[in-house]
Amino acid sequence: MSTLLDVDDLRVTFPTRTGRIEAVRGVSFSLGRERLGIVGESGSGKSQTGRAIMGLTPPQAEVTASKLAFDGIDLLAASPRDRRALRGKRIAMILQDPKYSLDPVMSIGRQIVETLRTHEKVGQAEARDRALAMLEAVQIRDPARVFDLHPHEVSGGMGQRAMIAMMLIAGPEMMIADEPTSALDVTVQLDVLGILDRLVSERGMGLIFISHDLRLVSSFCDRVIVMYAGKVVEQLKASELGRAQHPYTRGLLNCMPKIGADRHPLPVLDRKPEWAA
Amino acid sequence: MTSALSVDRLEVIFDRFRALKGVSLEVQSGESFGLVGESGSGKSTLLRAIAGLAPAASGSITVNGKKLGARRDKAFYREVQMVFQDPYGSLHPRQTVDRLLQEPLAIHGFADGEKRIQRALDEVGLGTGFRFRYSHQLSGGQRQRVAIARALILEPSILLLDEPTSALDASVQAEVLNLLEEIRRRRKLTFLMVSHDLAIITHMCERLMVMQNGEAVEHLTAGDLVERRVTRDYTRNLLRASDGFVRT
Repeated sequence: MSTLLDVDDLRVTFPTRTGRIEAVRGVSFSLGRERLGIVGESGSGKSQTGRAIMGLTPPQAEVTASKLAFDGIDLLAASPRDRRALRGKRIAMILQDPKYSLDPVMSIGRQIVETLRTHEKVGQAEARDRALAMLEAVQIRDPARVFDLHPHEVSGGMGQRAMIAMMLIAGPEMMIADEPTSALDVTVQLDVLGILDRLVSERGMGLIFISHDLRLVSSFCDRVIVMYAGKVVEQLKASELGRAQHPYTRGLLNCMPKIGADRHPLPVLDRKPEWAA
Repeated sequence: MTSALSVDRLEVIFDRFRALKGVSLEVQSGESFGLVGESGSGKSTLLRAIAGLAPAASGSITVNGKKLGARRDKAFYREVQMVFQDPYGSLHPRQTVDRLLQEPLAIHGFADGEKRIQRALDEVGLGTGFRFRYSHQLSGGQRQRVAIARALILEPSILLLDEPTSALDASVQAEVLNLLEEIRRRRKLTFLMVSHDLAIITHMCERLMVMQNGEAVEHLTAGDLVERRVTRDYTRNLLRASDGFVRT
């Protein structure tokens, strides 16, 4: 399997009034054309890892790595112009809540067309046709109608589909999905994941799926990285999650209520300081 | 009469939108009752209507044998308290925990405030060290504990819980759910709990009602859910969704 992304010893540090906060502390992994899940609780550094790869770290923060390469391109040495060319074209990102991440004053269709025409030389009419086809690919029933709607006129599930369409239209090779379904209803969640799954496997993309929901990630991804306090505590195949070794992973799996398991009280995580060491 | 809370054909209308379409339910004293459904199904509106935060257009609500009017009196809030979903939005940002907890005591004219605040904080596992902190100095789980302490400080018999753990991390969620269960057992409280997560509802509640578009779709027991004895496709979909993603 060819390696798409190579991350070695990635660190993201935020200077604050009370000292430097290391949000990501030496994360290493590589990604091929597969589905990789990054799981952790809030503050574990999972989103900052995704943002650093995308080049969306806030300007005051410092990103270092001994290697951060996408398809052989050194992302840390690349100029802002080169990174802009990569972003959206070859690496795409889906964010959590379509309510906040779509432009509220632009119709959905125009936003999709804008993405396409930023990266490819296509005419207005062709761009429109491709946007409509893309909307259809994310199972929007009436693409022509949705094309002209504004984000506030569609439901959360529809908005998230539109965002997936926008991200896929330039044909990226890698996609980072940061909690793509957390803001959606459970039933809609599965539809959106189904669409994402199909498109990713059909197009042979690499996917990084960032989520706090260990069980959801393990049912969706091939491989799972578990993060705690800015570090990777465990890397394993999703199918072997039941055999997780690290007490944090096991604790996370255990503490969720399950239908049919009568456990009162629920087991809670006993956080050990050495996990963060 | 053992019914702690009964709702009869309740309608809530916002402008012309019928958010609740004649919903009825009965919760026995000491019972934990769950409401599930997708967003927009009316489950939170039902809770808010009981608390007096959403206007009832018709129907009736009876609490501990007493029928409620359009306005809630003080005695009602001694009996019924609510815990909200978002621990970041439900605590006053410029008040200390101590001040937050004093407010309900002052409204209801309790004299032994000092003792009650200490007891309430102990009960939710925070201890007096948190008493003079502001909410921004607390984590999400700690904030939700303060919100629970505030609800408990008047010693109500019924607690309305609107997605009390959906904004929390899984491990913190387990702690808060355990805390709620322990308090219910110790104080013999009645719970009416809203969640979109069927696993949480089966864990916490004995009976539940499934809602869709402002209507009650199905009444079930936790046992029914465990054995998947459901009659409606809507509920079946919710159950399937809680199993996680299945590749087709």
